[in-house]
Amino acid sequence: MGYPHKSHSRETAVLSKHFGDPDARTLAGWKQRGGYAALQQGLGMPPGEIVNVVKESGLRGRGGAGFPTGMKWSFMKPGDGKPHYLCCNADESEPGTFKDREIMRWTPHALIEGCALGAYAIGAEISYIYIRGEFTDCLRVLEEAVRDAYKEGILGHDAMGTGKRLDVHVHKGAGAYICGEETALMNSLEGRRGNPRIKPPFPAVSGLFGQPTTINNVETLAAVPHILTNGAQWYKEMSLSNPKSTGTKLFSVCGNIRKPGNYEILMGFPFKEFLYDLCGGPLPGRKFKAVIPGGSSVPIQTIEEAETTLMDYEGFVAGGSMLGSGGVIVFDDSQCMVKQIARLARFYAHESCAQCTQCREGTAWTTRILERIEAGDGTMEDLDTLLDIADQMTGKTICVLSDSCATPVVSGITKWKHEFEAHIKQKRCPMRPAVAA
Amino acid sequence: MTAPFAAAHGSAHDKPYTPTFTGERKQRLDELLTRYPNKMAALLPALWMVQEANGWVSDQGMAEVATLLELTPAYVKGVVTFYTMYHQHPVGRHFIQVCTTSPCGVCGAEDVVKTFLKQTGCGELGVTSPDGKYTVIEVECLGACGFATPIMINDEFIESVTPDRVSELLAQRK
Repeated sequence: MGYPHKSHSRETAVLSKHFGDPDARTLAGWKQRGGYAALQQGLGMPPGEIVNVVKESGLRGRGGAGFPTGMKWSFMKPGDGKPHYLCCNADESEPGTFKDREIMRWTPHALIEGCALGAYAIGAEISYIYIRGEFTDCLRVLEEAVRDAYKEGILGHDAMGTGKRLDVHVHKGAGAYICGEETALMNSLEGRRGNPRIKPPFPAVSGLFGQPTTINNVETLAAVPHILTNGAQWYKEMSLSNPKSTGTKLFSVCGNIRKPGNYEILMGFPFKEFLYDLCGGPLPGRKFKAVIPGGSSVPIQTIEEAETTLMDYEGFVAGGSMLGSGGVIVFDDSQCMVKQIARLARFYAHESCAQCTQCREGTAWTTRILERIEAGDGTMEDLDTLLDIADQMTGKTICVLSDSCATPVVSGITKWKHEFEAHIKQKRCPMRPAVAA
Repeated sequence: MTAPFAAAHGSAHDKPYTPTFTGERKQRLDELLTRYPNKMAALLPALWMVQEANGWVSDQGMAEVATLLELTPAYVKGVVTFYTMYHQHPVGRHFIQVCTTSPCGVCGAEDVVKTFLKQTGCGELGVTSPDGKYTVIEVECLGACGFATPIMINDEFIESVTPDRVSELLAQRK
């Protein structure tokens, strides 16, 4: 179906097939659409075999890092005598990204089924879905779906009548972008401040409650039932580019564009056709200027770079950026890049957990300097200072929030240096009409 | 209602504190505790229940949670102050959060904020209107960027808000 717009004929709707269809939300409706058949099938397989199928499919993490899911699962040692946990990262808060929200509010059972399968595969009995506090609509839908799944015996001490215990609990966050970082998420779930933890130890060794834990994104887990039903080969073949990027990917599109929304396409789709054909191109009378293709933490592309990019993990790297979470933010020629980059920096300054000095100080100073330049009070030295701060913020902290703030600053100053210089020379934003003193 | 000064300093409580965890809420907490291997993990959900019952999380609310979960009040306060969604002082009956992060920013979120501030009588961000009805804040990315501008009014998530929808949204909430 598609939501908010109908699926485009060039989309490949697997995860998004039932977006916009309220019937698919109910347990009965979900079963009519083939739901929970994969779980039934999976619970009859040895857990290691599920891990192998997912490995073979080439599925990679959809939350941002793109780590191979099957390999992540294989880090969980079976029979170590410890309780294992599965965490589902539903703390979607990367600016530009709103795909998990659609999965949860239209197809909550897809996520529950994915969690149950994932938990079984890694030897866990309990899954926690950590959902950001602001997603009140998704929370209501998910909680009802979980209740129904328990009532029908899909979850619980005797999941699907197999004698295996599979619990899924929904845990509501309380407003903190950083809790989308996996170790911060675990701290938050444990009832602590959401500060990221130093790695190692990695979650598979010591994660939630100090036990072996796997954390997967909503979209990753929702893909697992489809892979099990249709086979690894089917998933692997869903790629237009290369065998390292397989399957379909949901891209969230927003900003200055005609048809914002979610689009599900095969990996390797040409970005130019995506922006102009599927998403309808720029607003009337406007031209695209810049694109952030994978959520606000990845390098900004010029439209020229974007137009020659293929949409998969490798393609975005070749195009000077990253696939990230698949949140495409588009800026047109009416936007001042200095203002936009300053606004992004302000986001990171607000969201820094403040435990690492480079991040706490760096995000704040970056914001102040950028806002100063935008207001017309900057100097040429500020540009060097910004790049120096960015260097101090990269690769030197516990988590990558600091790097994420530095990334758009560096790509922005490198690619739109003339806009920064114009602000400094003219002592005002050249995009705004001059105000009489 | 509370004076703005007292509200801003988080010490406002003109009514004696009524315990949150009695009856049905205590049962809900007991059920929650079965989901986790220790009591501390129920801290965020328990704080949500305090806010749901009182409209904000007071020091007494934190102390009550601390006792039930075998934590210290100082520890609980440390956690509360980390998260933006727990109100540490009373807020307006309708708590309005407008997303102004970049994607919404380029789609006109600033005008939505201005319109809310004007029409609610709040005037400034974070200040409760004189009639106690509204508080308006800017919020970072609500995760609905394709539906610019998303806002929240208390627990309600509202998509695609434009300045001309503001008066209607306010009229529906007396």
